[in-house]
Formats: sequence, C-alpha cells, structure tokens
Amino acid sequence: MTTTKAGPMLEIDRVAKRYGGTLAVAEVSFTIGKGEFIALMGPSGCGKTTTLRMIAGLDTPSEGEIRLWGRRINEDAPWERDAPLVWQNYALFPFLSVVKNVEFGLKQRGVPAAERRKKAMEWMERLGIAGFAERGVDQLSGGQRQRVALARALALEPEMLLLDEPLSALDPHLRVRMQSELVRLHRELGITFVCVTHSHSEAFAMADRVVIMSEGRVQQIGAPREIYRRAANRFVAEFVGGTNLFSGTATRADGGGLRVEGAFGSAIAPLPSDLTLGDGAAVTLVVAADRIDIAPTRSGTGNEIDARVVTLEVVGSSATVFLETAGGVDLRVQRSLHEIENTSLNPGQSVIARWSQDEGYFLPA
Amino acid sequence: MNAALLRRAALLVWTLLVFTFIFAPIVSTIVFSFNADRFPSLPWCGFSLQWYEAVFADASVQRGLVNSLIVAAATSVIATFLGFAAAYVDYRYRFFGKAAYTAIVALPPTVPVVILGVAMLTFEGRIGLSGTLTGVTVGHVVLAAPFAMALVRMRLADLDPDIERAAWNLGATPWSTIVGVVIPFCLPAILASIFLTAAVSFDEFMIAWFVSGVNETLPVRVLAMLQGQVSPRINAIGALVFAVSMTLVVAAQILLGRNSRRSKEPQQ
Repeated sequence: MTTTKAGPMLEIDRVAKRYGGTLAVAEVSFTIGKGEFIALMGPSGCGKTTTLRMIAGLDTPSEGEIRLWGRRINEDAPWERDAPLVWQNYALFPFLSVVKNVEFGLKQRGVPAAERRKKAMEWMERLGIAGFAERGVDQLSGGQRQRVALARALALEPEMLLLDEPLSALDPHLRVRMQSELVRLHRELGITFVCVTHSHSEAFAMADRVVIMSEGRVQQIGAPREIYRRAANRFVAEFVGGTNLFSGTATRADGGGLRVEGAFGSAIAPLPSDLTLGDGAAVTLVVAADRIDIAPTRSGTGNEIDARVVTLEVVGSSATVFLETAGGVDLRVQRSLHEIENTSLNPGQSVIARWSQDEGYFLPA
Repeated sequence: MNAALLRRAALLVWTLLVFTFIFAPIVSTIVFSFNADRFPSLPWCGFSLQWYEAVFADASVQRGLVNSLIVAAATSVIATFLGFAAAYVDYRYRFFGKAAYTAIVALPPTVPVVILGVAMLTFEGRIGLSGTLTGVTVGHVVLAAPFAMALVRMRLADLDPDIERAAWNLGATPWSTIVGVVIPFCLPAILASIFLTAAVSFDEFMIAWFVSGVNETLPVRVLAMLQGQVSPRINAIGALVFAVSMTLVVAAQILLGRNSRRSKEPQQ
C-alpha cells in the first residue's frame, strides 16, 4: 500500500501487445481514476479483452508500461495483483460449493477459516445468493452463477474490479437487472470498475467514461454523453449508432456555418473549429437521429430535406422513422412515440426532415 | 418386418457367441476352481474349497502374491504421479517439440513386452536393480505411466483454462493452484488411474519374468507351477487374479463413468 495516492490510479502508457506477428493492441494509452467506472468497448478483436487481461496480469505487454499508483506493474504476476476479474464464462470452480468458491481468494490470502466464512456469507447475502451457500455451482442458473462470480471477486474487497463481458451470457431481461445492480454496487462500494463490453448500450448505461477501441487502437475516450454528442471519427459515429452520416462537399461558409451539399441534399452546420475545410473539400456531416424533426411541409427555417417514409419501427415509447431523401440517401429519425402520434407516417408518404442549423458536426470524409 | 426381427435375432446370437468365446475360458477356470475332482472334466464332482486352501498354504504362492501386491501398490502411486505430471505439462505449456514429447511419453505400451523385458533386464542388470522388487516396479512404472497420463489428460481436456487463470487472479500461486484446483478437479481420473495402473502391474507377466529373479510375482509363480504340473490350484489362482484385476478395472470404470457424466450435464 502506498501512502500517497495522488494522480490517476491506473495508467496505461503506450501499451502494445503482439502475438507472434499479429498486433492485438497498438499504442494504447489512457488513465483510470480511483472509483471510476470505465468501459472498454469495441467490436470483437478490437483489443479490449487483451487490454483487460494485461491489467489483470494474465498477459504481459510487449511494449509500453502499466502503472498502478505510479508504480510499474508490467512484470507483477497475476496472483500478486489486487484486481479480481469477473469472467465472461464465470470460471467458477466446479468441484467446490458456492460458499467455497466465494471463500477461495480469502483462503489464498491466509484469512482464518471462521473469518473468511463470515465475510463470504456477508457478500453472498449482499448479492442475494446466501441461500445457495452449500450447493454445487452446477446446480445454479446463469444469473446465480454471475452473482457467485461477483461475490467471489468482491469478497477480496479490492480497490479495482475487472469485468469481462459481464452481461453477455445473460438473457435480456436479467441483463437489464444486472446492469443496474452493477451500477448500484459501483456507487455503494466506491471502488474502480473496469468493464469490457461489445455493447455500446451497456457501456453508455453504466460507465462514467468509455474507451472505444478498434483494431487495437483507442478511437475515442470520453463520457458517454460527450461521445454520443460528438464522435471523434467515422468509426465511433457508426459504432455508437443513433446518428446520420451524410457524405458531401463543403461549398461555402454561410453566416456562422458551413454549407455542405451531397446526395442527401443540402444543409448548414456550425463551422468546425478543429477542422479546416476548404471550398470543395469532401466531408461527412453527422446529425444525431434524435435531433431531427419530421414535418408535413416546409417552414423555411433550419435545414430542411425532402424525404419519403420507408418504414416505422416502434420500440416501447420511442420510435425510429426510416426515411429516404430525394437523392436516395437513408435518413433515420428518432422520436418519442407521443411526438409523432399525430403525424401520419405511412410508407411512401412525402415528408420534410428538419433540424436546426446549430446541430450536426463535421468529420473528415 | 420378419426379416428385421430375424436380423436382430441373428445379431443377438452372434454377440452371445462372441462373448461366450471370450469368457468361456475364464468361466471354466472359476467353475473348476471349486471342483472337488482333480481333473477339470464334467460332470462336476461337487463343491470344494480345497484348491484355494492349497493355494493359501503354498508359501511360494503367498510370497508371489505379497510381491505382486507390493509392486502393484508402488507402481500405481509412482505411475499415476508421473502420468499426472506428464499430462499437466501437456495441458499447461506450449513448447517446441511438444508433439515429440507426448509421443515419447505414450510410447512404452506400443513396444513389444518381450523387447521391453529384455531391455529392462540388461539395463537393470548393469545398475544392480535386476532381481529386486524395485527393478520390477521400475519396469511396471514404464509400462503403466502412459495409461495414467491418458486418463488424466482426458480429464484435463474438460478443464477450462480460465479456471486456472481465475485461481491466479484470486491470488493463488501456480503451486497452490495445482494443489487446490487442478488436483481436486482431476481426482476421479487420478483415483481411476491408481486402480488401472495397479491392475496393469498386477497382471503383468513378461517384464516381471525377465527382471524379478528370485522375487517372483504371482503371474511368474503361476507359470513356474504350470511348467511343473497342471494342478487345479492354477484354477484357484486364476480365479483370484481375475477377481482382483476385475475389481480394480471396474472401480476405475465407475470413477471415470461418474466423471464424464458430471461434465456432460447441461451447463444451465
């Protein structure tokens, strides 16, 4: 235990991992603060799990450094670290009872039998599995195993908990419950959670900050809202979803904005501060689907695009309207159900898609 | 319909014939070991335990039996230990020449036992082990360890590699992971291996015949007796050896059966 704990808790500093000739993780850098809930997110093979395994010590970085409270831990063996992992397949010990599974880590640390039993029971109580203490793990359902895996990791009272796709093996209904339970546990315990997931809805729902990875590289780091409102690049915008990406050509500055024209039509968006776009430069305009309105006729304000309704998808209280612009470009609009209740949206119907000229941002094409 | 029935009947008869052919000698050995008459001929002359009494009274048979039991016990423990170690190395590590390593470990049972016996005799003669029970045990370990490895390896194939990593992740050193996770997981296979390698050793004749010298094991003693005279005592010994071996093998089978049934249970 270090006495001073200033600065970030965990630093991933230009870490790379090579397996033979293939590069699984390339030059990944980010930091994790104490008590943060971080999600590592990306499609399969993006290097997120390898990164998590390097934090746990199950893989050693080929390059770069991992520091815990400023101390290099690259070479620390997994059993010397204090970062228990909740495995995707739970990896419970099949020959041990539930309570023995939960006690396992404490036993390794030499905690006396009576004390570790007491502690294990406390955690099992907390996670609602105390009733299964003496059962074999093969007699439990998936959700119960998940709780055993959590109790087994948390019984060590670590300063950091690692989670590898903790919800992917659960059925959808359980997944939502477990998701809010993880958030609650994180809030109550105040420890750091590092969670790997391929689902942006999970990551965005749970994490304080999200690290989006692709092909071994970090694409963007930020709070869910930041990422959602402004993707750093095309990959992130597409992966996160919920946005429209319009390809076009920058034509001219128009007031405080830049006009872009393409197959989708023509629209104005705020002039980017971090991107110099000359006249005629190819750009991508990103507009969030929930910022677009549907109107029966033109009003002459904001960006207006002629479109045709393709189909309507209603999930619960929100609706996604799929449109096709006059130029044949797909356009998605997301509204709450009651906002479109009085608008008739039959397939084939002509409508106007409208959004404010302050909305939308540019990415290089 | 009738043709199918006929075919099934024919198959049944054929199967029964095959089993009869295989087991008739064993059954006759057991039956005649209880026969009061000195000659193994029908009709049976009445039930008697005299041949068993004679066997147990024969000091050379007793010595042979004790020797066999000592060698079998030592062999089973050593061979299982080595087999487990070999299987674990195969499971845990990836290294250059691994295919060669596993092939060499699995090799001994494929070598004709006569050759193995002669080789053992010449080698052990040089290092002064020939003629001792240690020498016989060494030979039997060489023969039995591959069976132990095969059994443990089969079990390890069902051990998710993440289980070991999970133990490390929870603070267990590699050594305490082997003791606390790998061995408990493999326990059914380890016990089965102890029974099976004991059976291999208990039945083994050729190596023991070459190496044992004056410290004859039971099978060697039996052959010596056969060469002298055919006595119904042989039947009694045969029945006893059969009973011991079958017990060991069946015990191993039960353990392995339970083992695989549990791992085949649905994962939900």
